[in-house]
Amino acid sequence: MSDIKKIKDDYIDKLNAENNVDKVNNIKSELFGKNGIISNEFKKLGSISVEERKKLASDLNNVKDELQNKISIKIQEIETKEINLKLEKEKIDVTLPERDIEIGKIHPVSQVIDEISSIFSEIGFSVEEGPDVENEYNNFTALNTPDNHPARDMHDTFYLDNNKELLLRTHTSPVQVRTMLKGKPPFKIIAPGRTYRSDSDQTHAPMFHQVEGLHIDKNINMGHLKGCLNYFIKEFFEVDKIKMRFRPSHFPFTEPSAEVDIGYEIKNGKIVIGEGDKWLEILGCGMVHPNVLKNVKVNPSKYQGYAFGIGIDRLGMLKYGINDLRAFFETDYRWLSHFGFDPLDVPSNYRGLSR
Amino acid sequence: MKFTVDWLKNHLDTKFNNNQIIDKLTNIGLEVESFESSTSELDTFIVAKIINAKTHPNADRLKLCDVDVGSDKTIEVVCGAPNAKNGLLTVYAPPGSIIPKNQMKLSVSKIRGVTSYGMLCSESELLLSNESDGIIELKNNKYANKIGEKYFKNTSEKVIDLSITPNRPDCLGVRGIARDLSAAGAGKLKINKKTNLKYRGNQNINVTIKKEKAQGCTIFGSCLIKNVTNKESPKWLKDKILSLGQKPISAIVDITNYVMFDLNRPLHAYDADKIDNEIIVRSSSKGESFEALDNKKYILENDMCVISDRSGILGLGGIIGGTRSGTEYSTKNILLESAYFLPRSIRKTSKQLNIDTDAKFRFERGIDPLSIEEGLIKASELIKQICGGEISNLDVKKIENYKKTIINFDPFLFEKTTGFNVENKELIKILEKLGFNVSKNKKILKLTIPSWRPDITQPIDIVEEIVRIKGYEHINTLEPIKTRLKPTLNYYQKLFHFLQRSVASKGYSETVTWSFTDSKINQLFKENDEEIPIVNPISSDLNVLRNSIFPNLLFYLKKNLDRGFKDISLFEIGPAFKGKNPGDQLTVIGAVRAGKVSRLSWNDKERIVDTFDVKKDVIQSLCEAGIDKEHIVIDDKTPSYYHPGKSGGVYQNKNEKVALAYFGEIHPNIIKKLDIKTEGLVIFEICLDYIKELKQKIKDTKSEYKFSDFQKSERDFAFIINKNFKSQELVNIIKSVDNKLIKSVRVFDVFEGENIPEGKKSIAVNVTIQSEEKTLNENDLDNVNKLIISSVESKSGAKIRS
Repeated sequence: MSDIKKIKDDYIDKLNAENNVDKVNNIKSELFGKNGIISNEFKKLGSISVEERKKLASDLNNVKDELQNKISIKIQEIETKEINLKLEKEKIDVTLPERDIEIGKIHPVSQVIDEISSIFSEIGFSVEEGPDVENEYNNFTALNTPDNHPARDMHDTFYLDNNKELLLRTHTSPVQVRTMLKGKPPFKIIAPGRTYRSDSDQTHAPMFHQVEGLHIDKNINMGHLKGCLNYFIKEFFEVDKIKMRFRPSHFPFTEPSAEVDIGYEIKNGKIVIGEGDKWLEILGCGMVHPNVLKNVKVNPSKYQGYAFGIGIDRLGMLKYGINDLRAFFETDYRWLSHFGFDPLDVPSNYRGLSR
Repeated sequence: MKFTVDWLKNHLDTKFNNNQIIDKLTNIGLEVESFESSTSELDTFIVAKIINAKTHPNADRLKLCDVDVGSDKTIEVVCGAPNAKNGLLTVYAPPGSIIPKNQMKLSVSKIRGVTSYGMLCSESELLLSNESDGIIELKNNKYANKIGEKYFKNTSEKVIDLSITPNRPDCLGVRGIARDLSAAGAGKLKINKKTNLKYRGNQNINVTIKKEKAQGCTIFGSCLIKNVTNKESPKWLKDKILSLGQKPISAIVDITNYVMFDLNRPLHAYDADKIDNEIIVRSSSKGESFEALDNKKYILENDMCVISDRSGILGLGGIIGGTRSGTEYSTKNILLESAYFLPRSIRKTSKQLNIDTDAKFRFERGIDPLSIEEGLIKASELIKQICGGEISNLDVKKIENYKKTIINFDPFLFEKTTGFNVENKELIKILEKLGFNVSKNKKILKLTIPSWRPDITQPIDIVEEIVRIKGYEHINTLEPIKTRLKPTLNYYQKLFHFLQRSVASKGYSETVTWSFTDSKINQLFKENDEEIPIVNPISSDLNVLRNSIFPNLLFYLKKNLDRGFKDISLFEIGPAFKGKNPGDQLTVIGAVRAGKVSRLSWNDKERIVDTFDVKKDVIQSLCEAGIDKEHIVIDDKTPSYYHPGKSGGVYQNKNEKVALAYFGEIHPNIIKKLDIKTEGLVIFEICLDYIKELKQKIKDTKSEYKFSDFQKSERDFAFIINKNFKSQELVNIIKSVDNKLIKSVRVFDVFEGENIPEGKKSIAVNVTIQSEEKTLNENDLDNVNKLIISSVESKSGAKIRS
């Protein structure tokens, strides 16, 4: 027994002093290999008496367990140490810059169009579109604005031919005409898009954006118009209270017609919507003129409804504090990065109109 | 339309104060543009304080003053006054001011080498007294709080400026505005005083309105006023004319203008002695000409309504008079005209000749045809008052009688349109105050429309009258009806929004540029499309509709490069025009990428952007939008603005004839022509209209989920192949060997040069082979390998590299 104990003690000491996995493994085979010390001790068991054998076998097993245990602990110990050492060496400066982030942006006009579409989608409007090039009839005549009508002077029109038959649409209202001509009432649409007028100064661009709205059914009256726009303005500006004023006006294609002002004030140089005692005109609207309905083969004694036209760029400027309309179309990379929106920031009802 | 409250009160008895009047005007649809004092030359003079007065470095007698003028910064003024000292309150005139004493306009000037911005004024310079020894000394107690304010109080009456919509000619006169206000409860319309004007003799200049098909005049009223003394207008009249923002000319002209703005009744005064015998109202013949009062000579077309005498044209009826018969201070006898011209004729003529006058503006919108006499009487009366003279009987020639407009109005239409109810009694009262004649026939109102309201032709016009006078605030705000008739967006609209955000998420910034562009740039990109010129472009470099998005995109790319940006990714989604008719347009995404990838990276090697960057962007965007990458086919036929060897077209599947997208480098010639300086420039475009709508919704396309757990094997092959042989085809050949077993083919190396024969290249591919039924053994795999090699060799002429 003392032999075994001595072997054990010797090897425990040896193992304790060892720092190399390979050498530990050598010790392991020295002890437990085919001709290993412990293996040989086991072999000796056959040649001794039964009683001694029992005792010795038990002792041997204990020593074996203890040594094997020690060996695996030792290996683990060394490996952990080695790994830690390796990790320590591999340490990098994580404050170094990441690979370039490729940031693209959505133009404010597109974002605002999506916001508008999302709001009107909630109350059942669908989106229609029309061509940028229009004929004189759809842009004017069908909209109760015949050639000799002074209201035409309010639209500085770009023409594509000398007969003034083909033009760039001056508003999105011709989409009303197209929609009603190709379908049957009821109609409930919005039509965002590019519009063109040949004036250009600080507050006018030769191209701008409008969204048209049209709701025609059997009993749609001015109360619905007011309700619809009130809802829209509140949702769009994301305010609880909105001061809104309907003011009589005139458009050839609606009657009665109105312009809508919203209340605002200037606080710390920034415009605050919904408060204050100043008024800002933001859209034109009215009940679709019976002449227009007749022109698009809708019976005005059966159907009636409202239409509105909103300047998209203007709304965007108000909501996002953009001062200069011309900058919208000048493709200044700095401006696009500043006022642009993250492509994942998709306006929606459930996720919220804007962040 | 401008007028003063005083003027309004000539026609309206009202207890309303100015602000109430302003609000009321707005509420009934007469939009107030502004309400302010007419500007005066004295407005520029402001109260200022000398903060610091020190001696001029180059002149002992001059002082250099820092002056507080009420803005953030002080202003430096050189001043010669001995009394200029620290803390003095005085009057400052900025550059641009006109000094009353000598009518000199101040400018920024250097005085003895020091720049002076404006000046400090003496009393004599402002014509306040003869005191010229020093600058004004203002009392501290009165002016200390007024620094920056105007020194002179503007005593002129405030002017209301209305923006009158084109349907309301009646409100282009003060009386019409007063009538509207009275209907809306803002006071009582004053009754016109009966005149006791005495007429003497007949209007003995014969007037004929020729009966012609295109005759633009239907009534011509006139009277002669003899022995007048034309002169400067009296102050009250001058003030009225000034408040309109116009210049007084002479009493006679001012009176005709005054009556026009007062009653909306344009008039014209001729020097009767300059009329050759008679007045003939007729249509012009092409080539006739006359000199108009704006000192321009007009050459007329056929069928313009002219007032003429035996010698020729005197003026364009209702638009502008001629110099030949114009009144002057020396004029003794005048013929006063009050006529009715047809709006259509006026509009046509003025458009053709490009003339805009106050009279034209009114006749074009429709003047009250029953106001002929009223106008003559009012003007004659004033002329007699101011210039003396004798007035002849009124002479009115007509070729058409005015017909009343009658509308039968069912009050229910009001409630049906506006959603609220107004008692019949109130409704009738409103209409009567607006000048309607109302009679009742059971439930229907029979309305006679006032002659000054040509805009009212049908029942809906009556609804508008009532609701605007009653007030839009009475309209209820109803909850929105949420019923949906069809989905918000159709397939292409969804595609638009999806691709827009998809491309942006690849690092491209969206821009919006004009739909028009410079024809010189456009022609580099228009291919076979027709050029679409704009007849009246805003400027010569925006003179055509864009056939492609790239002309503008590259124009602005260059601008940004010039701003110093190097790595730029831009895109626009919008129309590209293919013809000049409505609908000849495609919705296109155009994208550009310039510069380098990983510029100045501490860990990656920087490289110039290349074709495969944009190829990835375009393919990934298309895949994200739902297009199956497995079916996409690429070829190398691209528009001429692409680099012919480094660009490709993308097809939705092998059967498509039209590419839905292109990508690649831009043609070097174009970069040179546009003078774009960048290390690399690649572009792509997607035409949304060429994307075929997916037939099934995603919920219907999801097939049963299947996968194989059997072991997969990978094999590498390298082929020597003709240099022009397309890798896409090689991949297809390999896939077609066994579509079931070959799961993927990946090109992992391409090279030419060393050890590769001239005109050849080496392509290395990695092929993944996996069965869905069993684990393939060596034998199976060998068979597949052999098949791959033999297929590729026989179909492509390639040789396997060993």
